[in-house]
Amino acid sequence: MTATVERPAAPQPKKPNQAIVPGTRTTRPKRRKPLGIDKRPGFLTYALLIVFFIGGTYPLYWSFIAGSSPSSVLTQTWPPLLPGGLFWQNVGQVMDTVPFWMSLLNSVIVSTVITISVVLFSTLAGYSFAKLKFRGREGLLIFVIATLAVPTQLGIIPLFMVMKQFGWTGTLGAVIVPTLVTAFGVFFMRQYLVDVIPEELIEAARVDGASMISTFWHVGIPAARPAMAILGLFTFMTAWTDYLWPLLVVPQNPTLQVALSQLQSAKYVDYSIVLAGAVLATVPLLILFILAGRQLVSGIMAGAVKG
Amino acid sequence: MTATLTPPQEQKPAAAAPATKPKVPFKHRLNRFDVKASPYFYIAPFFILFGLVGLFPLGYTFVVSLNKWNLLTGPGGFVGLANYGAELTDPFFWNSLFNTVSIFLLSAIPQLVIAVLIAAVLDQNIRNKTFWRMSVLIPYVVTPVAVTLIFSSAFDEKYGAINNLLQFFHLNPVMWKTETFPSHVAIATMVNWRWTGYNALILLAAMQAVPRDIYESAALDGAGAIRRFFSMTLPSIRPTMIFVIVTATVGGLQIFTEPKLFNPTTATPGGPQRQYQTTVLYLWDLAFNRQNFGKASAVAWMLFLIIVLFGVLNFVIGRRIASTEARSSKRKTAKVLAAYNTQKIDNEAAGALALTAAAEEKRS
Repeated sequence: MTATVERPAAPQPKKPNQAIVPGTRTTRPKRRKPLGIDKRPGFLTYALLIVFFIGGTYPLYWSFIAGSSPSSVLTQTWPPLLPGGLFWQNVGQVMDTVPFWMSLLNSVIVSTVITISVVLFSTLAGYSFAKLKFRGREGLLIFVIATLAVPTQLGIIPLFMVMKQFGWTGTLGAVIVPTLVTAFGVFFMRQYLVDVIPEELIEAARVDGASMISTFWHVGIPAARPAMAILGLFTFMTAWTDYLWPLLVVPQNPTLQVALSQLQSAKYVDYSIVLAGAVLATVPLLILFILAGRQLVSGIMAGAVKG
Repeated sequence: MTATLTPPQEQKPAAAAPATKPKVPFKHRLNRFDVKASPYFYIAPFFILFGLVGLFPLGYTFVVSLNKWNLLTGPGGFVGLANYGAELTDPFFWNSLFNTVSIFLLSAIPQLVIAVLIAAVLDQNIRNKTFWRMSVLIPYVVTPVAVTLIFSSAFDEKYGAINNLLQFFHLNPVMWKTETFPSHVAIATMVNWRWTGYNALILLAAMQAVPRDIYESAALDGAGAIRRFFSMTLPSIRPTMIFVIVTATVGGLQIFTEPKLFNPTTATPGGPQRQYQTTVLYLWDLAFNRQNFGKASAVAWMLFLIIVLFGVLNFVIGRRIASTEARSSKRKTAKVLAAYNTQKIDNEAAGALALTAAAEEKRS
């Protein structure tokens, strides 16, 4: 798996007469015949890329235009090209309608706790499955793989009953507890660690007198760090975007997604305010994307090959 | 957290140490226990938590489904499979299944086609690779709730951007929120917008794993770019395409957010006449609006079985295709490479090879 994680930003000397083959290590420049398979693509390719780019970003940009204008803009055939000046005013209305800051804080707490828990327990279990020998390992691993595709979301009815019984409904604990671990996380960490830690390293640590847990701490964790980062990113995204379960247990103490959905629960929907809210709620993940977009891309691409 | 896991296992042998086999030093026995027990301590948190919050609720759903059970008043007597019978004859249940499958097909098929196209474009030797790859992932960071809000505004029947545009071209406005098929198209559009780029990156990774040598030899043989794409790229990424379809199926059959928020002004979730009420939304309505936990649990279990069935089916088909594909593509690759090598040898190294061969013949 490590080999397939792409380092897209590898600095390569680019000479016009020398084709660079993507996906291969170019430690030594190879001379290749101009077969036409790796030449720089033409105008059409970039035109298509720009079309995809516009298709992917325009709805968001359009929401920003509509969210920063009076609602009359929405009735125009051609929406204006530039945002209007009412964004903060509309945002003010959003904050009057729903408890934005509280729900943002709730989402941060929920997603952070879930991420820490999933990454910690997945690394621990994944390390054990990948590198330690114990009776029943194969069987238990097959069990983990078999539960990968189990839609645990369908267990909401008993979960709801339990939360009600314990009086947890309305508290963040009710949102957090059902996703403290995932089978995917364990499988992902196992797949990563099985290749990345040489047996000799663990043996060496053991010979030097390290206990099992300190071997995990000093050999396992450092080796697992890149995969932990990727798993953490995706877990955070999933927890952040979850809607069904928080809507059920904390409608009065909402997470960001629940609060956002409450913007349009009125009979009359003022879309410029709703869209201002949608843009506002997208900002945190957009920041995350700008900071860690590369890791997201390589995480998706790495997971595909072996996942 | 991790540190707190060890102490109990270290104390146990300490207590038992003097009683048995005094010859083995305590330190060794402690070490042996550490080696034997640690793996179980490391996997235990996962299995305990997963059992409690993942598997137990799913199993208990089955128990609830065998009872008359109300949200407020609780269990009201064992009824066997009656809830299942009632749901299987309920037209609303079948309606929800039809809507789910319809929306799923409308999202999965175009999504796969466009994702393959995007991946093929990204697979070229473009400038600023990272930038373009990241750019197709932007919709993925917009949460489903925000996506639904954005698109339900665009698909608004009176003032929506899309109907405005249709009317500008003198076309009839489409009733996106009241007619069945248009509403399915609208909801599928939201799913497609968010997930196509994500799936394109998965397919791109598969395309990049195809050895470039094969492309080269095909190009040598005179295969153009389009020919190479259809007879080499597509067959090689088929296993990954099946992976994408499986994940899309498991997700698609549980679609909830988009139909729930598509039109908030209706009293029934999923449209005034349940035009786009999906199965999870139906389950939700049944459990938490009509308060019938028994029937809702039966629906949950039937949906669970359908998803597992789809998953297993996809897995079996995928595995069969992948294995025959791997065998035949291995053969093909070997053939192509052999042809390529002989050609190279013919052109460049024929002399050297002849010399070696001659030397070997002499030796034997």
